[in-house]
Amino acid sequence: MLDNSPDNLIVEGKLADNERMKKASNYLRGTIAEDLQDPLTGGFTPDNFQLIRFHGMYQQDDRDIRGERADQKLEPLHNVMLRARMPGGIIQPSQWLTIEKFAEDHTMYGSVRLTTRQTFQFHGVLKPHIKDMHKVINSAGIDSIATAGDVNRNVLCTTNPVESELHAEAYEWSKKISEHLLPNTKAYAEIWLDGEKAKTTEEPILGETYLPRKFKTTVSIPPNNEVDVHANDLNFVAIAEDGKLVGFNVLVGGGLAMTHGDTATYPRKADDFGFIPLEHTLAVAEHVVSVQRDWGNRVNRKNAKTKYTLDRVGVETFKAEVEKRAGVTFEPSRPYEFTSRGDRFGWVEGMDGRQHLTLYILSGRILDFPNRPLKTGIRKIAELLKDVDGADFRMTANQNLVIAGVPAELKAEVESLAREHALITDFDTPQLKNSMACVALPTCPLAMAEAERFLPDLVVNVEQILAKHGIPDDSIVLRVVGCPNGCGRAMLAEAGLVGKGPGKYNLYLGGNVVGTRVPKLHLENKSPEVILEELDRLVGLWSKEREEGECFGDYVIRTGVVAEVKVSKTDFHA
Amino acid sequence: MFLKEIPQTMTPLSAEQMASMEALMVGLSPMQQAWVSGYMAAAANGTGEPAAPVEAAPATLTVLYGSQTGNAKHVAAEVAEAAKARGLNAKLVNMADYKPNKLKDETHLAIVVSTYGEGEPPESAQKLYDFLASKKAPKLPGTQIAVIGLGDTSYEFFCQTAVDFEERLVALGASVSVERALLDVDYEDHTEAWITSAIDALEPGLKSAAAPSNVVPLVAPTASAYSKKNPFEAEVLGVQKITGRDSTKDVRHVELSLEGSGLTYKPGDSLGVFFLNDTSEVDAILAALDLSDEGLREALITDYELTQSYPGFVTAFAAATGNETLSKLAEDKDALRAYLEPRQISDIILEHPGKISADDLKGALRKMQPRLYSIASAQSEVEEEVHLTVGVVAYEAHGRDHLGGASGFLGRRMEEGHKVRVFVEENDGFRLPAGDAPTIMVGPGTGIAPFRAFLQERDAAEAEGDNWLFFGNPHFTQDFLYQTELLAWKKDGLLNKLDVAFSRDQAEKVYVQDRLREKGAEVWEWLERGAHLYICGDGARMAKDVEAALVDIVTEHGGKDASYIAELRDAGRFQRDVY
Ligand code: SRM
Ligand SMILES: Cc1cc2nc3c(=O)[nH]c(=O)nc-3n(C[C@H](O)[C@H](O)[C@H](O)COP(=O)(O)OP(=O)(O)OC[C@H]3O[C@@H](n4cnc5c(N)ncnc54)[C@H](O)[C@@H]3O)c2cc1C
Ligand SMILES: Cc1cc2nc3c(=O)[nH]c(=O)nc-3n(C[C@H](O)[C@H](O)[C@H](O)COP(=O)(O)O)c2cc1C
Ligand code: SF4
Repeated sequence: MLDNSPDNLIVEGKLADNERMKKASNYLRGTIAEDLQDPLTGGFTPDNFQLIRFHGMYQQDDRDIRGERADQKLEPLHNVMLRARMPGGIIQPSQWLTIEKFAEDHTMYGSVRLTTRQTFQFHGVLKPHIKDMHKVINSAGIDSIATAGDVNRNVLCTTNPVESELHAEAYEWSKKISEHLLPNTKAYAEIWLDGEKAKTTEEPILGETYLPRKFKTTVSIPPNNEVDVHANDLNFVAIAEDGKLVGFNVLVGGGLAMTHGDTATYPRKADDFGFIPLEHTLAVAEHVVSVQRDWGNRVNRKNAKTKYTLDRVGVETFKAEVEKRAGVTFEPSRPYEFTSRGDRFGWVEGMDGRQHLTLYILSGRILDFPNRPLKTGIRKIAELLKDVDGADFRMTANQNLVIAGVPAELKAEVESLAREHALITDFDTPQLKNSMACVALPTCPLAMAEAERFLPDLVVNVEQILAKHGIPDDSIVLRVVGCPNGCGRAMLAEAGLVGKGPGKYNLYLGGNVVGTRVPKLHLENKSPEVILEELDRLVGLWSKEREEGECFGDYVIRTGVVAEVKVSKTDFHA
Repeated sequence: MFLKEIPQTMTPLSAEQMASMEALMVGLSPMQQAWVSGYMAAAANGTGEPAAPVEAAPATLTVLYGSQTGNAKHVAAEVAEAAKARGLNAKLVNMADYKPNKLKDETHLAIVVSTYGEGEPPESAQKLYDFLASKKAPKLPGTQIAVIGLGDTSYEFFCQTAVDFEERLVALGASVSVERALLDVDYEDHTEAWITSAIDALEPGLKSAAAPSNVVPLVAPTASAYSKKNPFEAEVLGVQKITGRDSTKDVRHVELSLEGSGLTYKPGDSLGVFFLNDTSEVDAILAALDLSDEGLREALITDYELTQSYPGFVTAFAAATGNETLSKLAEDKDALRAYLEPRQISDIILEHPGKISADDLKGALRKMQPRLYSIASAQSEVEEEVHLTVGVVAYEAHGRDHLGGASGFLGRRMEEGHKVRVFVEENDGFRLPAGDAPTIMVGPGTGIAPFRAFLQERDAAEAEGDNWLFFGNPHFTQDFLYQTELLAWKKDGLLNKLDVAFSRDQAEKVYVQDRLREKGAEVWEWLERGAHLYICGDGARMAKDVEAALVDIVTEHGGKDASYIAELRDAGRFQRDVY
């Protein structure tokens, strides 16, 4: 039995060093401004290295040449990655033109990288360009506040362009929640935009030391689970009546990361707290955050996320506290069902008669590749649509891009631009479109193995396996991540590969198509060859023995290849 | 002999007297010790006066040299040795150490000086050179002079400094006793003849009053058997590119082993490097000239200069091959210079293949000259290794890739385990301060090399003195030479200040002199605290621009003028190693 007495709600002990750092930072200022002036290194001093994350940047270096530069007696090629705040992933074509130009002119890789959280990242911005970068994106109405660090991150919202009205409402909520939970400090404007120095700062919601750990929120529109609710701390599942939004079911405590070899860490699904009508949305959001702020583990960062707080204090205790603080009582959940998670590629027509084109973007990497001038293509489409009222771009949580709100008369032109620039091809298989990878090497400092750069090869092999077993039009939700942080959400895949070392992966099996089940370890620390052999064997069995409509993940559970993970805390490592 | 080696029982002195004697002797040069012994002897004789010189001083040939890389110094030593061998009095003096007010006492003067920059004197000659042109210069009616200049005909102002010295001395009334010699890089082949004729001419005058020679060994014998004439075959320990992959520059950190050579060096010294020419270049030349002589091939690889071009080659090659185009070109000095500027010897040959004999070809070529590299390490840190910072001269021209002779050899053709012939070239004109005086080091590009040695030395010695380095290069991410080492030294406090100028990282170019100006008040403050100032690297522009900045700084912040810098130079507190 869990002991839910109040003195057990807070983990005692020596605070994690990040807590000291946050407290000493004077509301996220630290000495970032001084570091910016230091011409001797492209990097930041340790505290600021962490603090710039709260401003949406990570210090990185090109790991491919780290060793080479050490031999050259040069420091690693320090740079920053920037992650923008784009609630719901909507970006205007005119904004797109601004950011893709910056990527072209001032980043080492030249790419705009769409992420699994509906925004874009610049990779490889050198120190002298950092301030300019913020000025440029802000001039286009974009910022990067709180897209990283111990705060509420970019708020997701299902892209769904078809039910335009419902989407518009849900999207407005994602923006409101994002803004409501944003840090109050003016540090961002002061440091990057030469804003005036604020006289005082208070953080009524987040507090002086912000949250114990990152915090992720979504607004989703069933039946599509594109946002992957179970990867998130807080989810507002839209409940509509007659196409009108009436409230949300609130799901709390999802999260996917773990640490190899540490069984106290595990991916965990979110728990359903119940339904709330719309008017309580911000209060509930605020107080799920405030309870996690006060009760989350500030001693051990590996156990600091909401999912562990829930497992420690108990779901009911947590929920009761939220109700108390928000002055709300959760009603019983309203029924809803997720039936899909992927994007609807190609053209669809919205209820408002507008045309929407969903483009498959391999790993979200928008760049001009040989024979695939994706960046140029999207730029041309943006130029075409930049003054068209109601047209926008939507970055999906599957790293893809929707060209939304195209007036019927421009459809043909958009289509031909997309085809000319290999944004639409006739070769992308269902398997490819159901595969995803995180960034990993060369920019991610935490990567243990390749992911984005390994995906194309892996997919070709899996396609061949499917073809070999006579089911070339079937697919498996396949996700590869470079380390157990799981940014490509492998822990909600039917088959998830998790990097363990160079060229070595763990294979997890048994998630499902809609993302409501966590997979379980099947092979540990194996080369891609060994993993593919095993997939070959299992796909062979599945192709023969599956029941009507049975997906691969369900099959491996039914036949006992892996045990089902029902309660992560007890089952995942069992 | 050291006092402490004398058992006390063997001396008539008390312990205290012995102690004060020891205290007195500490720090006396051999010369001073000799003078002290004479003084003591005189005091014992009861005269109360130091022993007077025995007779009127015999006429002495003062051999003054101004040398940057040691060539003139070696030739000067030969002059003095030759005089001594004839029983004449001779004194060898570095111009840098020479007191100009002694000039009026000189009866016989030999000047050996090289030329730098665009016809400028070497560092060590600057002071005397300026003095001779100044109002303070004395009349020298009784002085016999003999001038020998070292230079390089590939420069426009060939041996200009030697010419200037002679003209200035003559203007002051000195008489030329032998026709001056202006020697090219193959000077070694011509020095002996000139020295003989010079001494022949000077001897009568010197002899008339000459006493038996009392010349002390002129060049302190080095501990090592290896020298420029007998270079050591050093093993390559490693060649590492130290500019980033996107750099426009290729700079190599080269580590060599001196193990077993007995060669030693001090921070500030340079390493002379003999190289081998690129065999593919040699083969291309031989093919173009339709020559296939194995002996010639070997000689072209090891003995002759194929990269640096010079006018004499064009003349000789044109004559031997009967090439009229080249002969015509050779007649127009300016056109010839413009033609040579972007061309190596091999370019000329490949553009004008012709018939030439092996001997004529060798005759037209110059002997290979070793190249010098500022040593980038301190033995207190690397022991029997020596490190260099080599900027590889590499460029595309006339449809082919070109490499510098020595830098291409060291940077591109050498690998671990290969051998390189080297020697140590001392440079007493570029030394760390003896004590804990602060240093300001300005070393952009490969000019950083000796400062790495300085810092290693100060680090090993745990020297207290403050250190400030100014570094510059095109790009921060690609060209920050020794960045990780410098950052570590900055962090642990050895390097108190580090200012960098990356010229091409922003719209307007920024150079080290700009950084110096920005920090002018502090630079001035350091100078007033006794800082020693060093510049190393490009002499053509950087050193001049930095000096101009320094003058501005002392003017603006100290109310001084250029003479302040000149005084620093005189005091040994402003030293340059530029090339
Ligand atoms: C770009 C992105 C992956 C992608 O291919 O799209 C990404 C990339 C990185 N993630 Fe992530 N994460 C991304 C979505 C996720 C997700 C999926 C999601 O949120 O839907 C997860 C799993 C869900 C979860 O949080 O439980 C995720 C869990 C992590 C973690 C583990 C957190 C934990 O609970 O322990 C880390 C490491 C950390 O925070 O210490 C991490 C850290 C990182 C960093 C910043 C590495 C670092 O800390 O230095 C990666 C930068 C790589 C690069 O070079 O760009 N990332 N990261 C995604 C950006 C989302 C965004 O726009 O905000
Ligand atoms: C005291 C002293 C210290 C030195 N210290 C260093 C040091 O620490 N590091 C260092 O790198 N060097 C140093 N140098 C310079 C070094 O000695 C050599 O001069 C240099 O390496 C070039 O020699 P090389 O044999 O490679 O080139 P060379 O064979 O001499 O060839 C250079 C020739 O190529 C021509 N050339 C060069 N570039 C071009 C071009 N772009 N287009 C057309 N023609 C071109 C030039 O006219 C020149 O004649 C020092 C020099 C001195 C005197
Ligand atoms: C950077 C540089 C510039 C030079 N400029 C000239 C010059 O203008 N005229 C000349 O005759 N020789 C010039 N030389 C050649 C030197 O004078 C020649 O190498 C000489 O032998 C050096 O003698 P030292 O070692 O005594 O200094 C130059 C050499 C270097 C490295
Ligand atoms: S999963 Fe690991 S390797 Fe991949 S982006 Fe996230 S942190 Fe990096």
